[in-house]
Amino acid sequence: MSAANDITHADVLVVGAGPAGLAAATAAARHGCDVHVLDDNLAPGGQIWRASSVAANTQSTQPMSSREKAIAALHASGATLHCATRVFAAPANNVVDVLEQDEHGLRYTYRTLIVATGARELMLPFPGWTLPGVLGAGGLQALVRAGYSVAGKRVAVVGTGPLLIAVAAHLQEAGARVVLLAEQAGLRTMLPLAASMLLRFTKLRQGLHYAARLRGTPVRMGWWPVEAIADRGVLAGVRITNGSETRTIDCDLVATGFHLVPNSELAELLGCALAATPVGRRVLVDTYQRTTRADVFCVGEPTGIAGLDAALLQGEIAGLTAAGQPSTHLHARAAAERAFGKMLDRTFRLRKALRTLAAEDTILCRCEDASFAQVKACAGWTEAKLQTRCGMGPCQGRICGPATRVVFGWEPASVRPPLVPVPLHALISSTSHHEENL
Amino acid sequence: MPEAMPEAQCVQIYLNGMPRQVARGTSVAAALLLHAVPCRESVKGTPRAALCGMGICFECRAVINGVAHRRTCQINCLDEMRVETQR
Ligand SMILES: Cc1cc2nc3c(=O)[nH]c(=O)nc-3n(C[C@H](O)[C@H](O)[C@H](O)COP(=O)(O)OP(=O)(O)OC[C@H]3O[C@@H](n4cnc5c(N)ncnc54)[C@H](O)[C@@H]3O)c2cc1C
Ligand code: FES
Repeated sequence: MSAANDITHADVLVVGAGPAGLAAATAAARHGCDVHVLDDNLAPGGQIWRASSVAANTQSTQPMSSREKAIAALHASGATLHCATRVFAAPANNVVDVLEQDEHGLRYTYRTLIVATGARELMLPFPGWTLPGVLGAGGLQALVRAGYSVAGKRVAVVGTGPLLIAVAAHLQEAGARVVLLAEQAGLRTMLPLAASMLLRFTKLRQGLHYAARLRGTPVRMGWWPVEAIADRGVLAGVRITNGSETRTIDCDLVATGFHLVPNSELAELLGCALAATPVGRRVLVDTYQRTTRADVFCVGEPTGIAGLDAALLQGEIAGLTAAGQPSTHLHARAAAERAFGKMLDRTFRLRKALRTLAAEDTILCRCEDASFAQVKACAGWTEAKLQTRCGMGPCQGRICGPATRVVFGWEPASVRPPLVPVPLHALISSTSHHEENL
Repeated sequence: MPEAMPEAQCVQIYLNGMPRQVARGTSVAAALLLHAVPCRESVKGTPRAALCGMGICFECRAVINGVAHRRTCQINCLDEMRVETQR
């Protein structure tokens, strides 16, 4: 890449085209800002609004969904959307470097940056979790939308968090037989959440929709996975426990996830202040979604896991503020949604038993095949990286980092550019620009 | 199932040299799962398949048209694409 040819300037640059990023971009562009939106995915919508990419699966007779409305509003606002583009570095103030199609380096400059990078699932290591057929719960849902068929397959959904219910309902709709939904949180822990949902119409409606889909599905509250079992190398079942008894459930697929981890890495790279959480870090923002960096806002899940409504409100607040418009009319609702997120955190807090699922030979770092025993022998991240290469592979600790935080209580390592592995030709121009600006 | 699909809705790819048809719009990771082909072999030689489905974990990386380390969950199948398990 020749950096000089490939620089685009945006008044407002939004990273992430999930609900939060779409709302932010639309609000800013409507009020006259020149807005560009970048997203790593092939299509806008983020996680909850991930659409099916396979033509045969889409039903055109349905009324316009909230996803379609949000995307139509984005286009009508005049904002420009770029998919398959991933921000990997911030080489100087108001500059980010981007990888397009995993290949070409591009550069963007901006007046205001809105970080809307969403969240990922927390994956915890247990014996057998590296077997093909053990997938992230949201991951399996995404793969089904990308053309994988689960029709007739027996799926066990295990872990924690509201996502499990959404995924189980979706898999059932896609023709799978959900043979188990095991939620590690006990029934009693769930009661305050259930009570608060009764007071919120949209959440109640969504809950009832899922409940109807899951009628007849075996649900176990207060149970968690202890081992994925293989028969001649092929996944055959999952062993679960409630602390006093264990059971084995035969299945073809295990969908597992332990609630969500904020994707806070880009904000951290930009120098925004973060707060530690039990599973990672979240970005600190004020009521206008401003971070501690004057020109950087953060919206949606990186500020703390709070779901769709919070993402939409926070996005709109940041977009309006970036365009110099008032947003105070939205602050009370945004605060209520943030409180809902805190209730989710409390409800789905991980029980201690989940820290000790791994056996000595269980792989902890999937990229480098570092075992639990090898990593356990280290004093912290830095030593583990040096001694075992834990966290040094291509995912750069996105999966094993939060796992070591839960299992050993380690502080997350600080992030360094590039945020993702980048081909040399794209990287060289990024670092050379960095040096010019020092 | 793919055999019953109208031609226009299908693409033909090669998984480890074997011709396979999948629905247009199918991601490479989904195609590998459909045909029970592992994406890669780990450092210690065990088979691995997609995990996060959203571009984060890199478990789904494979060789596409001769280029290694491609995240197959973020790439859709195109006609004549050659996909190989990464070793
Ligand atoms: C796998 C998964 C599935 C989910 N499914 C559901 C569901 O079915 N129902 C439900 O209620 N909630 C679901 N959630 C919860 C969900 O996170 C929120 O409800 C909502 O999607 C949050 O919106 P957001 O805009 O903050 O983030 P997201 O929707 O996560 O969007 C963030 C976007 O940022 C992009 N991005 C991240 N980093 C970069 C970068 N460096 N460069 C460029 N782009 C980047 C990502 O590709 C993504 O599109 C799911 C979460 C996950 C992780
Ligand atoms: S499955 Fe995780 S990056 Fe593709």
